Amino acid sequence: MLDLSPDEWIAIRLSLRIAVVATLVALPFGIATAWLLARKSFWGKTLLDGLVHLPLVLPPVVTGYLLLISFGRRGPIGALLADHLGIVFSFRWTGAALASGVMGFPLMVRPIRLAIEAIDRKLEEAAATLGANRIWVFATVTLPLALPGLIAGIVLCFAKALGEFGATITFVANIPGETQTISAAIYTFTQVPNGDAAAGRLVLVAIAISLAALVAAEALSRRAGMRFHGE
Amino acid sequence: MLAVEIEKRLGDFTLSARFESAGGITAVFGPSGAGKTTLVNAIAGLIAPDRGRIAIDGTVLFDSERRINLPPHRREIGYIFQEGRLFPHLSVSHNLDYGRRMRGLPADAKQLERIVGLLDIGHLLERRPGKLSGGERQRVAIGRALLARPRLLLLDEPLASLDAARKREILPYLERMRDEVGVPMVYVSHQAAELRRIATSVVRLEAGRVAAAGGIDLLDPADVDAALRTQ
Repeated sequence: MLDLSPDEWIAIRLSLRIAVVATLVALPFGIATAWLLARKSFWGKTLLDGLVHLPLVLPPVVTGYLLLISFGRRGPIGALLADHLGIVFSFRWTGAALASGVMGFPLMVRPIRLAIEAIDRKLEEAAATLGANRIWVFATVTLPLALPGLIAGIVLCFAKALGEFGATITFVANIPGETQTISAAIYTFTQVPNGDAAAGRLVLVAIAISLAALVAAEALSRRAGMRFHGE
Repeated sequence: MLAVEIEKRLGDFTLSARFESAGGITAVFGPSGAGKTTLVNAIAGLIAPDRGRIAIDGTVLFDSERRINLPPHRREIGYIFQEGRLFPHLSVSHNLDYGRRMRGLPADAKQLERIVGLLDIGHLLERRPGKLSGGERQRVAIGRALLARPRLLLLDEPLASLDAARKREILPYLERMRDEVGVPMVYVSHQAAELRRIATSVVRLEAGRVAAAGGIDLLDPADVDAALRTQ
């Protein structure tokens, strides 16, 4: 059907890997942040809320640049991670995953937070009277009841990570096979003569993946919602 | 034996209650706003009194002087709420099993069979709470609390959300529980008729204070009128 070249396949596989890793790594942080924002009041909460949402309103280039100066090889955090944990972000696919994760993070936190806020806390009290400590209450009541929000957050973050362009290209450039995602590849193809056909194929692939993610999310959250209202 | 002596201020309202209960069903009786729910919430550990002491059979659950305040999950007190509060994402059988699993107790098929039989809920086990009638839901809630093997059972207006027919449906089950299970209970209600059928002793609460404590003769119509007049 679509006659994709090896280079295009590489970009597709890389995009998927980056988006999956970005989403999976962001998830525990996203759940923790959503829970903090939904349930706790603490000094600096407004600041945290603002910080989480910042990538949503900043120009992606600015986010990418900030990542470059903090997580780059000579950036304060980047140098620390590279020296002590051997994790290098600059010009690697891991950097692309970091940039995509940061950009998708606010989209992940928001639905999870709303879902946690909507949970009837009386159910958590009931669980406590049945012998569940706070961790078990969270694992057996809070998290399952927030499942529709969790699914929405995961899908939104994944979709954002898959299509992220500005922050990624600013942070880790556009290196085929390492940091050249579908979006970056499409951009490259539009800059060269006779690149239209290749760009068009990748556009179709991007549409297909995004649609598939949306449909899967819809089906999953319908199933999760139905579990609460019947058999 | 349950011994309660607590003080709790909530805005303009102050609950200052002292009573002891030797077992059976202790009715906490009084008009709405008398502090009945606050009292049982304090016993369950869902709210902390400002001052005082709560103990069951020599186990201190709360003591402001000794700075003891056991969290709800370590009190081994069952709580049956007015609205049931079944977990909507779990089937009836998982709801019933929840307390046993959280307390790490071994599976006890005999006890399960006995309680399920006592409450006639065997045909509901595979359903989800969303598919139950109000009366069925409350019977499952009673079973769920009992199967966690509590040393005390709190019932907060367990029939208040049911219509007259459903009330008549549940009352016999509560009587059976009293006669066959032998867990001491604290039963909150403002319905004298309901309490007269099942209570063994009465604590009458008015405006946050224990107005009288004693036998079920405290539920006599004349006294009820007097209780309502002072409200």
